[in-house]
Amino acid sequence: MADKRAKQKSKYTLDRQIPGAFDGETVTRRRFMTGSAHTAGAIAAAAFTLPALGFAVGPIFKSTPVHWEPVGPVGSFSDTNYVPVVMTVSPNIGEAGKTTVYVRKFNPAIDTDPYDKGTPFIAISSRCAHLGCPVRWVDAAERFICPCHGGVYDLLGRRVGGPPVRPLDRFYTRVSGEQLEVGPRFSVNSELRRFSPRDPGEPIDGIGQYLYPSRPGAQKL
Amino acid sequence: MPKLPKLPAPPLPPPLREPPPRPGEPGGKAGPIEEAKAAGINVVDWVDERTSLSGAGRWLMFRKVPKGTNWFYTLGSATMFAFLSQAVTGVFLAMYYRPDPAGGAYESIRYVTNEVFLGQFVRGMHKWGSSVMVILVFLHMGRTFFFGAYKYPRELNWVIGVVLLILTMTMSFTGYLLPFDQRAYWATIVGVNINGTGPLIGPYLSDFLRGGSEFGATTLSRFYAIHMLLVPGALAALIGAHLYLVAKLGTTAPPWQKAEKRVELREAEV
Repeated sequence: MADKRAKQKSKYTLDRQIPGAFDGETVTRRRFMTGSAHTAGAIAAAAFTLPALGFAVGPIFKSTPVHWEPVGPVGSFSDTNYVPVVMTVSPNIGEAGKTTVYVRKFNPAIDTDPYDKGTPFIAISSRCAHLGCPVRWVDAAERFICPCHGGVYDLLGRRVGGPPVRPLDRFYTRVSGEQLEVGPRFSVNSELRRFSPRDPGEPIDGIGQYLYPSRPGAQKL
Repeated sequence: MPKLPKLPAPPLPPPLREPPPRPGEPGGKAGPIEEAKAAGINVVDWVDERTSLSGAGRWLMFRKVPKGTNWFYTLGSATMFAFLSQAVTGVFLAMYYRPDPAGGAYESIRYVTNEVFLGQFVRGMHKWGSSVMVILVFLHMGRTFFFGAYKYPRELNWVIGVVLLILTMTMSFTGYLLPFDQRAYWATIVGVNINGTGPLIGPYLSDFLRGGSEFGATTLSRFYAIHMLLVPGALAALIGAHLYLVAKLGTTAPPWQKAEKRVELREAEV
């Protein structure tokens, strides 16, 4: 039995006494036909599956264009309290694409951390760092408070209570003529160090910045 | 005495002959009523002759079920009928729905609810039916678990059932956005961000769901396509596989059902 198997193992079709075999031929015509039919089928299936898949997955790798939006004259902001302004983060979908940004003039007495040096305005996103609900600046408490799950942040947007995993996101600001413009978003860790924007719920302290990578299309800081 | 060949009887003149049976009498040709009665059978026969489906139908419908089978065993069928109800009402809601995030989606839902004849009813069936389906899925799962019906050889059916559970949850999640009111919008923001909290692949998953880094113009149509094309197809196919395995492997007796002893053993015990 073992002998017979060993004999059939010869890779040459001529040795296996297949009728019409050529000298030096190793693949039978039947196997060749089966293989080419399967390959043709696989190519045909891939030809419509891969483009469709890429089409659906593509937005992950798309870089969002940098967009600066004027939010008001420079003089309308104070350095002790926040002024809410509305900006569009997602065009063409009306109200659903707008978000509130809390803007305040840079105050050397409050903004003492080294990363904020040289920014004339602080613009804090109202998107809660827990799961993305809209936070509200409560003047009396001097806190940002989230209505969904009770996240609480201080004047600088640092977490002081509730489930959020990092401070509130911020936006780049610049002054163009007399107008203040708000630009792309960035995330900060608990020391207010800047990172490329992360989604809510993603901690970026310590190992978190590697467990929750920034999106491939984001401009690195 | 030699036997004489029997001669045929002379033909009777037509007036004396017995009349042929009328249509509908025994032995007569089929009348229109008989043909109408047989039509259904004929159609089924015609299909069956070309497909042999009746064997499959008998195999599926006329199975032996164990003693002790009770009302708990209807939870699976109940779930399936909840799915069918969702499918039918969903198809008709799709005739009115517009996945337009700039106000059209909300407006189309408002139109269905307030203006369309029976619109509120059909939308209500779809909305409440989704909760009913989730509840039934869990009851069915609990029945399977507590009756031990997931054990060999039915493990694969349990696995398919878990996939069906996840797909049902996906349906609930993607369908919740479609009315596009405040609750739908913020619940989806929160839901997508919960997906994003998974380490390493979470951020990519939430970008895939939104179709970008922010909730954008294509998010709603993406959810709509997932809700009404992608997941229902997978659900229907897997329900088919689930049912096939149920018919193939049979159902289990409830755990309190004791196996009956053979008669000769029973007598020897006395």
